[in-house]
Amino acid sequence: MAETAKIPQSASGTERVPTVIADDVHIVYRVHGGSGGKGSATAALSRILRGDKGESRGVRKVHAVRGVSFTAYRGEAIGLIGTNGSGKSTLLRAIAGLLPTESGRVYTDGQPSLLGVNAALMGDLTGERNVILGGLAMGMSREEVRERYQDIVDFSGINEKGDFITLPMRTYSSGMGARLRFAIAAAKDHDVLMIDEALATGDRKFQIRSEERIRELRKEAGTVFLVSHSNASIRDTCDRTLWLEKGELLMDGPTDEVLRAYEKETGR
Amino acid sequence: MSDTTPHGATAVSSPPPAADDFLSPAELAARHGLSVSGARPGLAEYVRQLWGRRHFILSFSQAKLTSQYSQAKLGQLWQVATPLLNAAVYYMIFGLILNSGRGMSREVFVPFLVTGVFVFTFTQTSVTAGVRAISGNLGLVRALHFPRASLPISFALQQLQQLLFSMLVLFIVAVSFGSYPGLSWLLIVPALALQFVFNTGVALIMARLGSNTPDLAQLMPFIMRTWMYASGVMFSIRVMLKDAPSWIADLLMYNPAAIFMDLIRFALIDGYGAENLPAHVWLAALLWAVLAGVVGFVYFWKAEERYGRG
Repeated sequence: MAETAKIPQSASGTERVPTVIADDVHIVYRVHGGSGGKGSATAALSRILRGDKGESRGVRKVHAVRGVSFTAYRGEAIGLIGTNGSGKSTLLRAIAGLLPTESGRVYTDGQPSLLGVNAALMGDLTGERNVILGGLAMGMSREEVRERYQDIVDFSGINEKGDFITLPMRTYSSGMGARLRFAIAAAKDHDVLMIDEALATGDRKFQIRSEERIRELRKEAGTVFLVSHSNASIRDTCDRTLWLEKGELLMDGPTDEVLRAYEKETGR
Repeated sequence: MSDTTPHGATAVSSPPPAADDFLSPAELAARHGLSVSGARPGLAEYVRQLWGRRHFILSFSQAKLTSQYSQAKLGQLWQVATPLLNAAVYYMIFGLILNSGRGMSREVFVPFLVTGVFVFTFTQTSVTAGVRAISGNLGLVRALHFPRASLPISFALQQLQQLLFSMLVLFIVAVSFGSYPGLSWLLIVPALALQFVFNTGVALIMARLGSNTPDLAQLMPFIMRTWMYASGVMFSIRVMLKDAPSWIADLLMYNPAAIFMDLIRFALIDGYGAENLPAHVWLAALLWAVLAGVVGFVYFWKAEERYGRG
């Protein structure tokens, strides 16, 4: 934790405006049915009869983020790195206010949003209706959705090979589905934008198009967070990087410095 | 939810760099007007946010309704066929085999039974869907921002639309058993409106309970079945309990499910007159709706910032 206090120096004389402040954030998941011991009905019954108190009765706690503090400023693009399960996505969700913190607080300017609408879409509906549903779910008004509808469909390129937008989404190939999802998600402008490894979808042509769109979103957004396992894309987009490991902030600093240490540690 | 940035313009004209580095995170946040992420808005603000999401709520409920039968060959025809089959099964068991329609002619009993089944199903499915409204949509809750009450309300709205299909079947049944459309049929509208508010309120309560205790989903079928048999869906409470103390019948007849069923039967069926209704029945319906609606909404809102925890 000693290395984490490092705050990047402001480049110019103007005051830096913080957009996200994380103050000693802890996040704990509670998992039902994942407790130690036998998972059988008799084991569950005997646990109840022995009178184990609520916390331990078939509930296992996973302490996913442990005391992370940092301050993000307007205009920064911040990368989050760390091995699988180190708490990157969880931390993003907490910043977005989607996952309640166990203790500690996240202060934000405006409403941070996660880039992604997958959960709102339904495979049984046509692509057309999913565009509308997804747009509304992200908080766009009906008029905004109507205005951007054609852009979204064009951007996704779903209709390049025929009239696919009027087919149910479950009939799409996984690549087509991912393209439409990204197109919907990227249609909205954000204050604080968080991107969770959403870049590597679709074919090469679509990847170039989506990277372009991400750069556009970056310009419009005050602060960008990017979770990725691709060190190259972190290097391309981010000027500051947080390194999380086992839920703790190992390092916080300029991207080059942190990535060098990270690559040394992971043996790459 | 407009995402405005109150500090967009102030960065240029603000005073030279202050000693931000020496402030605690909370002080720094206060100094720059940052708010706690995911904090619960006030009740009025919450209602405003919810109103802003009305198109999402409606569109989500319609999407759920459509996707329900989209894999079936007969498609949306099942919207009507399902309640029709339901009514047929109940008629076969309770009308023909058990003959539970004592004290009623066949012309009254068949629409009586079908109304009971449909109206109770409306409450039942709304409440059951409410239990899983949050716990079954954690992915959505953890990915996007919206007032969480959108989900239970949307599910209740889905059931309302489902009920409108059932009402079509009900009208056919009523007409074919000699109850013809009249002015009294208009009473169905306020009765269903009150029932919808009641259902939504209960769904909101169940959604909060279900988000903490997913086990509730396992328990609900039993609770709902008990409620169904206690509400006189397929028999007249008064006739069945004529030997029991009268307060038991009164208690059962003032339970919200029985009230709403009786109101719609009264509106729809010619041979089902006011003598079958308990006293002050509209007032009772209104009280139930307001009570469930207000309590449910406030109770759900109180935990707004905590939904989404695993």
